[in-house]
Amino acid sequence: MVDFFTQHILSFAIWLPILAGILVLFTANDAKPGATRWLALLGSLASFAVTIPLYTLFNFADGGFQFQEGFQWIASFNIHYHLGADGIAVPLILLTSFTTVIVVIAAWEVIEKRVAQYMASFLIMSGLMIGVFSALDAILYYVFWEAMLIPMFLVIGIWGGPNRVYATVKFFLYTLLGSLLMLVAFIYLFHQTGSFEIVDYYRFPMPLHVQVLIFLAFFAAFAVKIPMWPVHTWLPDAHVEAPTGGSVVLAAIALKLGGYSFLRFAMPIAPDAAHHLSGFMIALSLIAIVYIALVALVQKDMKKLIAYSSISHMGFVTLGFFIFNSLGLEGAIVQMISHGFISAAMFLAVGVLYDRVHSRQIDAYGGVANTMPVFAAFAVLFAMANSGLPGTSGFVGEFMVILGAIQVNFWYAFLASFTLIFGAAYTLWMVKRVFYGEVANQHVAELKDLNKREFLILATLALLVLGLGVYPQPLTDMTNATVTQLLSHLAQSKLPAGL
Amino acid sequence: MENIRYDLITALPEIIVLGMAMFILLADLFLKPSNRIALYALAQLTLLIAAYFTFTTHSPGVGYAFTGAFVDDAMSDVLKLMIYAGTALIFIYSRHYLQVRNMFRGEFYALVLFSMLGMMIMVSGQSMLTLYIGLELLSLSLYALVALDRENARATEAAMKYFVLGALASGMLLYGMSMIYGMTGSLNISDIHHALMNAPQPTRELYSVLILGLVFIVAGLAFKLGAVPFQMWVPDVYEGSPTAITMLISSVPKLAAFAFVIRLLAQSLQTLAIDWQSMLLIMAVLSIVIGNVTAIAQTNLKRMLAYSTISHVGFVLLGLMSASMNGYISAMFYIASYVLMSLAGFGVILLLSRKGFEAEKLDDLKGLNQRSPWIAFLMLIVMFSMAGVPPTLGFYAKFTVLQAALQAGFVWVVVFAVLMAVIGAYYYLRVIKLMYFDEPEDKQPIEAPIDMRVALSANALGLLLLGLMPQSLMTFCGYAIIRSLS
Repeated sequence: MVDFFTQHILSFAIWLPILAGILVLFTANDAKPGATRWLALLGSLASFAVTIPLYTLFNFADGGFQFQEGFQWIASFNIHYHLGADGIAVPLILLTSFTTVIVVIAAWEVIEKRVAQYMASFLIMSGLMIGVFSALDAILYYVFWEAMLIPMFLVIGIWGGPNRVYATVKFFLYTLLGSLLMLVAFIYLFHQTGSFEIVDYYRFPMPLHVQVLIFLAFFAAFAVKIPMWPVHTWLPDAHVEAPTGGSVVLAAIALKLGGYSFLRFAMPIAPDAAHHLSGFMIALSLIAIVYIALVALVQKDMKKLIAYSSISHMGFVTLGFFIFNSLGLEGAIVQMISHGFISAAMFLAVGVLYDRVHSRQIDAYGGVANTMPVFAAFAVLFAMANSGLPGTSGFVGEFMVILGAIQVNFWYAFLASFTLIFGAAYTLWMVKRVFYGEVANQHVAELKDLNKREFLILATLALLVLGLGVYPQPLTDMTNATVTQLLSHLAQSKLPAGL
Repeated sequence: MENIRYDLITALPEIIVLGMAMFILLADLFLKPSNRIALYALAQLTLLIAAYFTFTTHSPGVGYAFTGAFVDDAMSDVLKLMIYAGTALIFIYSRHYLQVRNMFRGEFYALVLFSMLGMMIMVSGQSMLTLYIGLELLSLSLYALVALDRENARATEAAMKYFVLGALASGMLLYGMSMIYGMTGSLNISDIHHALMNAPQPTRELYSVLILGLVFIVAGLAFKLGAVPFQMWVPDVYEGSPTAITMLISSVPKLAAFAFVIRLLAQSLQTLAIDWQSMLLIMAVLSIVIGNVTAIAQTNLKRMLAYSTISHVGFVLLGLMSASMNGYISAMFYIASYVLMSLAGFGVILLLSRKGFEAEKLDDLKGLNQRSPWIAFLMLIVMFSMAGVPPTLGFYAKFTVLQAALQAGFVWVVVFAVLMAVIGAYYYLRVIKLMYFDEPEDKQPIEAPIDMRVALSANALGLLLLGLMPQSLMTFCGYAIIRSLS
């Protein structure tokens, strides 16, 4: 039994939340949602529990894929159900299963209509996203990647704000467009190599112009997901309209799917194209970091502001990828995990206010710190982390990326470091307007401070943000071997001999 | 004597279906209207018996009957079994709909069985004449079925339109066949193939007659399939026909039409592949564009599904156009998936209709998730499957066709088709939006017999299950095509 479990940890991590989600659907009863909520919580906790062995049993010296399992799935096209996780995937899997627990608790009393469908959507989505992080077969990966859109589409569309239909359709079509181009690239690679195994693609040499096309097809899929400037416009819409849980999952995990996939597909499969186009990618990243930060500065809607801040922070991630050194790459990975915690916390904080006042506008608030002192303390901490204060996790990733960038080109680092100024400007200005000053209106005067449930989730996230900020070692230890291996792979040209 | 025996055994399923259709027609005369349910039972029994004989007489080899005009190969058997299954679902889904509309009569079952007989003959036709007879039997039965509800002016108009355009297409097809016959001296599929293979390099004039014949044949086929630019009848007929008949037209006959295309283009005119490839390519691209773009503007659900069918036909043509084993298998896989999706989609529409109310506007789906979460979920699967989103069967359908076209070297066509699939996704998403994001307007309870609910659930969940495990269906299609064509 134990053997069976340890050989199939990833399968458990994927299918347990999905099964729990299906089970939750059968308890649908909006009049008595208690059973549904407890079952969902139990399911998410169990799903989180089965991912913990991924950390405890992880071999830190091995940079390759661990916990592998698989069998032939579709013989006609040589497609395998092949799972495995390396030092980059495991932290993201843990982040996913952890975030799902948070989302379930955060929705506890807030979601009142169609509770079962809401909880089930998130549980199923969690399993599918873990599938994306652990699939080693291109079609298996693609199936998880696309299937994940379905619950997200429903979450935004059913429980979202007034303009939810526009936002969710835009989200779906944007992502689908990019993904289908990636599918074409997969099929092309299949006809060339006779396999859908990602590892086979790593070894397959291709001339530069083919690599560039393949890279661009992947770029279409992943740049939309991350999102990079200029294909980011779906994100602010989706975030503003999505319910709190949807925003949290989008920011904390869904964006990481894009970042992760660059490392898993685009760069190792087409390394020469990645080097060839690195200037282009760096330019887009820097635009995201600087320009989008300025856009964030002028937002009136808190969720929109955080959405733009996410895009700006993800710019750091792509910058870290394409400067091709270990500091940059590890920094980018730390940044992904850290942004997962911080953005989740920020959206939850906005959710706390929204549940009470039903407004996301900054000018609907003012002086919240007077009526909600505990909440204000948390909010200020997360705001500091978001602007990269040393001692919080937000600082570690950004600092590493800047250090990495300075090794390549002083001006990259110079421009990137602007984010520390702009990030502080837009976040702290928002904090000032919302939390400080006189109590602005009747609504704010009547606010009640955090209840136990809200305290629990914000405190957990605060501990993680501080923990990762002070002691990021466990995370970097985990990624170290994989990053070294990836960089040595990227350093080798895959151009066919004689070209 | 031995020959006749063999002929009769080979065509046993067809003979049974013919006999039973006649019997139902006669029995109808002697049955009280309250006992007509017996006709339904008889029709289902016919399918069972036919399936039994098709299955038991199946052999992996190829057998010719009636002096080579009729063939029994793996493809014909697999397709026939699919046709029986599809027809059985049609009978289940349509029973209640017909009963409350006073259309529950013997003619319906007899005509559907006749049309199915036509499909079976098309599937097994090994001579242009047999193929044509099968096609006409199918088409004439369908014209009559569309007009089954005599008092309905819209249906009568649709039937008329269908008949006139369909007759025109048949004429073109026949004209094309006559030219091929004139050039090769034979009507038999394999004889034509050999004649073209062994012919000395034809002169310019002879070659142009061959090509002209080919053009007429392809145009006739495109008419029957509903591919652009021969698609004009599709939306009107879909909209005008009673929904139960629309479901029939949009589903199983496509399987027969697929066999028809394979027999004519892949088996007899394979030597002209270069020529028909480019024709199919243009039609495929146009069908995908016009089908997907026009569907967006529709407010009528049946019309929307009509345009969606056109775009699906475009994808099937994309597979056929590859003119390789891989391409034919993928096209067959696509069409089988499409039939399953189409049946489930129309099944849901029939489920929402009731006495005096036709669910045919998109708005009739509003708030379905609140009226019945289960049915909304089934329709969700169907819509995502039609849009080609994994983990549903529709994804693998698109995947197989795209990989076949890519293998044949049509990279940019594939990229284009993929972009159009995104446009297509929009109107399928709109259906889901209506069901899940909007409040219901129609608060009436949904009435449907239990057998229909069970069959529909199995049908739609099948799309999901086959999406998780598509290998079984791929194996069937691969078996059918490889055994029959190599």
